Amino acid sequence: MSAIRAEGLVRRFGDVTAVDGVDLEVSEGEIYGFLGPNGAGKSTVVRMLCTLLLPTAGRARVGGLDVVDDAHEVRFSIGVALQDAALDDRMTGREILTTQGRLFGLHKGEIAQRIEELGPILEVDALDRLVGTYSGGMKRRLDLATSLIHNPSVLFLDEPTTGLDPPSRLRVWDEVRRLNRDFGMTVFLTTQYLEEADELAGRVGIINNGTLVAEGTPGELKRSIGTDVVLAELDRDHDRAVEILRSVEGVAQVDHFGDEVVIATSNGSATLSPVALALDRAGIVVTQLSLRTPTLDDVFLEVTGTRFEGGDQ
Amino acid sequence: MSGHAAPVHITARSAGFVHDVWSIALRAIRQLPRDVETTGPALAIPLFFLIINVGSLQDIAGFTSIEIDYKAFQLPVAIVFAVTGVSRAPALVLDIQGGYFDRLMLTPVSRRALLLGHMVADFVLVVVLVIPVVVLGFVIGVRFPTGPLGVLMFVFIGACWGVAYTGIPYAIALKTGNPGAVNSSFLLFFPFAFVTSSFVPLENMTGWLGTAAEYNPVTYLLEGLRSLFVGWDAAALGKSFLAIAALGAISQTMAFLALRGRVARG
Repeated sequence: MSAIRAEGLVRRFGDVTAVDGVDLEVSEGEIYGFLGPNGAGKSTVVRMLCTLLLPTAGRARVGGLDVVDDAHEVRFSIGVALQDAALDDRMTGREILTTQGRLFGLHKGEIAQRIEELGPILEVDALDRLVGTYSGGMKRRLDLATSLIHNPSVLFLDEPTTGLDPPSRLRVWDEVRRLNRDFGMTVFLTTQYLEEADELAGRVGIINNGTLVAEGTPGELKRSIGTDVVLAELDRDHDRAVEILRSVEGVAQVDHFGDEVVIATSNGSATLSPVALALDRAGIVVTQLSLRTPTLDDVFLEVTGTRFEGGDQ
Repeated sequence: MSGHAAPVHITARSAGFVHDVWSIALRAIRQLPRDVETTGPALAIPLFFLIINVGSLQDIAGFTSIEIDYKAFQLPVAIVFAVTGVSRAPALVLDIQGGYFDRLMLTPVSRRALLLGHMVADFVLVVVLVIPVVVLGFVIGVRFPTGPLGVLMFVFIGACWGVAYTGIPYAIALKTGNPGAVNSSFLLFFPFAFVTSSFVPLENMTGWLGTAAEYNPVTYLLEGLRSLFVGWDAAALGKSFLAIAALGAISQTMAFLALRGRVARG
């Protein structure tokens, strides 16, 4: 059974269509990365899937239950860490976890046990301090722990590492992997970090302007644009370079973005020399020529025609 | 971060409506001592009014039909000022703005419990606020011929009025999510607080003021509270509870309609 299934999901805010017909299928036990730049519609999809927002059109089921008709039942099986840590600065960490546990019907002993089990994510020493005194990273981890207090089977993480320092980010990644590996938890993760989607997700969906523009494993998506990428940086004549390179043997795809001409090819080392020769013969000055394997950024460029403008450093 | 096995037997289940209300109430009650900036002025204002009103108006009591000591006559006014408009609505706005309200909405908690739980905390708060005012009343010489039960009834009526009024700040909080708007909700009470028998009995009020006071529920609330300084008067107490019920019906309807709008997922 699919853990998450969406069909033609649409959400409009007045005249603005934030999500425009998204179809999704996430299997049980899968980590699904939902990648897109700011404003692409990621959070709106999450808010619809986790019952905070009604879809304007389309249907979605989580754990086999309809997010509109069975919203109350859906909430028992999902854990959600929203984009901004949804905490109360005037409560202690322990009070937040306890309140959350009580609302999910957990008894006192069960809550204490879960807090102990969630210790690896939490700063246990800080649990009795007011959340207002926590650092950003501590708040994020408490937010994640709060969303896990009732052992959900599906975990929604909306940009869980945005604003975190690298060590905190790695800690969250480790925890997501552990939850998935040890407990088979399905994880739906939105991110604007290409590296995060690449590292964590078994499959990635790329959303742009409210539409799902590509989907597959990171490897499949990268392979879809070729095995290698040759990158040529030019000061001028970009359009002419694109025209010339399209006829070079071994070149599968050529795109132009800013000063860069991106050449997708199945054999980078064999294509590098012909590319350099073709540009040289045409009198086009190349400031830098490099060869690398494709990234999800290249995939994004391929499917949207623009570079990814997310938060990757 | 590894090596910890989660027990599979701990899973979410319905907590039940009463448990939900109590969970929300417990959280709100726990926060009361942390929000002294809210409770401090709510206590200072009625104490101030009691001292000033008694000091400045005591001498006019002889020209009116007041049958009880003017200090006792003014004590209910101080109580009404202490409890009206005091609520956890500002905290609710902070929950909405800070995202914690969404966190609660992601749980299977009963949506009505989100409001009722806060009101339970409000009841605790208004009782806490009424007690020092009553103590000050005792200090300045006010006595209850109705005995300890009369004191309890006095506190209970005050607390019920306070909770009945909370619907208005909650309606504003849920509708606007704006702390400024919530803080101004007390201003809505001003006409009701002054176009009534705050300073002289209803029978001494004439013209439009007297007519308006007759239709003001605060008038009957005050009369019910004041009756406890004379003896047990079922009619006066009944009218004060009717006034509370009328206010509560209007304000709580507003609050629960606003709650419905807030949780509508639209």
